[in-house]
Amino acid sequence: MTSSVFSLVAGRLTATAVTLLIVSLAVFVATSLLPGDTATILLGQAATPDAVEGLRKAMHLDEPAALRYVFWIAGLFHGDLGTSYANNMPVAQLIGARLVNSMKLAGVTTLFSVPLALVLGITAAIFRGTLYDRVVTFLTIGLISVPEFVVATTAVLIFSVYLHWLPALAFANEIHSVVQLLRVFAMPVITLTFVVAAQMIRMTRAAMIEMLGTHYVEMALLKGASRSRIVLRHALPNALGPIVNAMALSLSYLLGGVIIVETIFNYPGIAKLMVDGVATRDLPLVQSCAMIFCIGFLILTTLADIVAILANPRLR
Amino acid sequence: MSHEPPVNWTAADDRRVEDAIRRGATRRDLLRMLMAGGVSLAVGGSVLTRAGRAMADTPVSGGALKVAGITGSNADTLDPAKAANSTDYTRICAFYNRLTFLAKGGTLQMELADSIDTTDAKVWTVKLKKGVTFHDGKPLTSADVVFSLNRHLDPNVGSKVAKIAKQMTEVKAIDPLTVQITLAGANADLPTILAMHQFMIVADGTTDFSKGNGTGAFTVETFQPGVRSVGLKNKNYFKSTGPHVDSFEFFAISDETARVNALLSGDIQMASAIDPRSVKLVNSQPGFQVSTTSAGGYTNLNIRLDTDPGTRAGFIEGMKYLVNREQIQKAVLRGMADIGNDQPISPANPFYNAGLKAKTFDPDRAKSLFKKAGVLGTSIPIIASDAADNSVDMAVVLQQAGADIGMTFDVQRVPSDGYWDKYWLVAPISFGNINPRPTPDLLFSLLYASDAPWNESKYKDPKFDKMLIEARGLLDQAKRKEIYGEMQVMVSENAGTIIPAYMTNIDALSGKLHGLEPNPLGGMMGYAFAEYVWLTA
Repeated sequence: MTSSVFSLVAGRLTATAVTLLIVSLAVFVATSLLPGDTATILLGQAATPDAVEGLRKAMHLDEPAALRYVFWIAGLFHGDLGTSYANNMPVAQLIGARLVNSMKLAGVTTLFSVPLALVLGITAAIFRGTLYDRVVTFLTIGLISVPEFVVATTAVLIFSVYLHWLPALAFANEIHSVVQLLRVFAMPVITLTFVVAAQMIRMTRAAMIEMLGTHYVEMALLKGASRSRIVLRHALPNALGPIVNAMALSLSYLLGGVIIVETIFNYPGIAKLMVDGVATRDLPLVQSCAMIFCIGFLILTTLADIVAILANPRLR
Repeated sequence: MSHEPPVNWTAADDRRVEDAIRRGATRRDLLRMLMAGGVSLAVGGSVLTRAGRAMADTPVSGGALKVAGITGSNADTLDPAKAANSTDYTRICAFYNRLTFLAKGGTLQMELADSIDTTDAKVWTVKLKKGVTFHDGKPLTSADVVFSLNRHLDPNVGSKVAKIAKQMTEVKAIDPLTVQITLAGANADLPTILAMHQFMIVADGTTDFSKGNGTGAFTVETFQPGVRSVGLKNKNYFKSTGPHVDSFEFFAISDETARVNALLSGDIQMASAIDPRSVKLVNSQPGFQVSTTSAGGYTNLNIRLDTDPGTRAGFIEGMKYLVNREQIQKAVLRGMADIGNDQPISPANPFYNAGLKAKTFDPDRAKSLFKKAGVLGTSIPIIASDAADNSVDMAVVLQQAGADIGMTFDVQRVPSDGYWDKYWLVAPISFGNINPRPTPDLLFSLLYASDAPWNESKYKDPKFDKMLIEARGLLDQAKRKEIYGEMQVMVSENAGTIIPAYMTNIDALSGKLHGLEPNPLGGMMGYAFAEYVWLTA
């Protein structure tokens, strides 16, 4: 068992290094293709040729872009993420607090959405074809189809503007107690749970239905195993592989793909930081964010594979 | 019911009633008190209304002010020279001061300066107020002013107003509280120019601006670019009038719907720059209202005079008749605008030429002019973008009007990203977006002088240039108004810039926020509201 996990992790680590390099190169090329640079963007309409030249010099943007990229990569090996072009602050400092914010939001959302998805997905599979299954299916497909800005804005209108139950904005720095934490996170987490749980519920249900139709489950049933034992002991471990993979995909989205939720609730996370970075052509910042998303994604998929191996007796 | 006080009612009685209200007396208590004193019920009611209104005008101390702006990013700065947008302006207004301040109605007030004098509009003497200190305790001296003004000339600073500052050929300290500014040429507007946001005074030798060490009404508690800033009341503020609130938090919510919702749910007390569409929603909610400011910003259609089709005689005039200004004002801008007459000085400016009427919508006249220009039946491209507010809607209004007379306009909607670089000032016909500026000289020098950096239609007229320099040096305001009036006519008739309407800034605020006044430098009191407003429970 341990040997297969170790070889998987070792292989993944090598692949991660190569992937990160390719991603950073792709981000560099894509950012270079965008019109304008940090100096012209910051000056906006005031970008007269001499003003641009002055600012470029002040920001050390007058060196060739490729050279700056190579320096950035070299700095990365020393653990230095570089300095932001736009405000001259260390990228690590810019990202630091906001990455923690993003992780908090992703963590709380995971805590709510994963058990919810598992329970709803498994029960829907067990009671396949019943009214319960149909209601769950109808709601999940409905939620997948509604864009999150609609969910978020509607939730704000109902719970904040009309009922005054919850704040419309998520002030991340005003959390000093559990009650405040729940109040601040309530709406973003509800919105994100709607988005990610729906996918996971569908995948869980499909995987479980497939397993419940296999011969060994029928065998277990004939041996007289209880219903819960059949589901939890026999079917679930085998279904876990695809379920955990679907979860890894959904959760990796929580790290970098929640720009809309961050914008609507004014939550200072890392997704909005990266979009700002792109808008100001702040290459070190964009690169660093891309690296973090990439690493997050790779960690989650690796974890999913490990869980699948550990859960499945045939792979152990 | 009349609001006149009863006979024999004195100011002392007003004070007694207000005092009772302040101590928590209810309306019923007060009426009982008044009736006991022989005042009838009807008259008593009017006394209370008067007292209530007077109280609303009396600033109250305390409270945490939270306001949301429209834009924030990792490029947010507390360096006044680099300040680029309403978010930066709002913050630097809270943390720093200028030498002068442009108040309601365009009247100039002294802020850090005690007086600014000149005899020839060329050499100016600035006397500073005594006893002003920076947040770190250092007293304000002439060295700080010299440093702050000279910074703009250093290309490495990347100042937004480098071009304007260039005319200050020498800035020197005469004594610790006196500065002498020498200009390259006479300019009577210097005190107004010094009221621009970028000319905030910073401490001599400052290199790290993230601390926001100014003389302003608030001290920096937190500043995170792209996230938020928090300021605390400056206990040593040199103005006795403010600030009223204890703390001031500012952050940006770029999504307009979310910004309005945050206000309506009570999370913030003011949402800046809301869409005209949201005005009805805000006004329909009890306890909320909008505040409008006509500062004179506009979105305009620019036709270059040096390239086809702008070179064809009659084409630009035809376009001026084909722009349905009323429809743009009513439908595109929902009435939140003043009709424009193709020149950059808005009715909010004291130098506005009221006699210059806007061209009326006249498609038949436009048609005959287009025929003369030989463009009827051809397809003319117009570049519009979300980068220039409302320009896409304006282009569509024009396109519809063109279709009715057989003129095809190919409206090309291009991305905001890179618009100012790639299309504006470049394409033969494109939209521009000009922020309000306080003086005609700044607008004309920036936009219409032959060597203007943003000469949107490549308008060149030596007579205009001469008048611009003449008016700049005049200390006689009546004569200046006359010259500027004539220059407005010249631009309106001869330049290729069509300015259909001057837009109104709309801010939405909670009824608990008081003291906001219109200001010629933009919405939210020219972004300087934080030290002037107060909150009631």
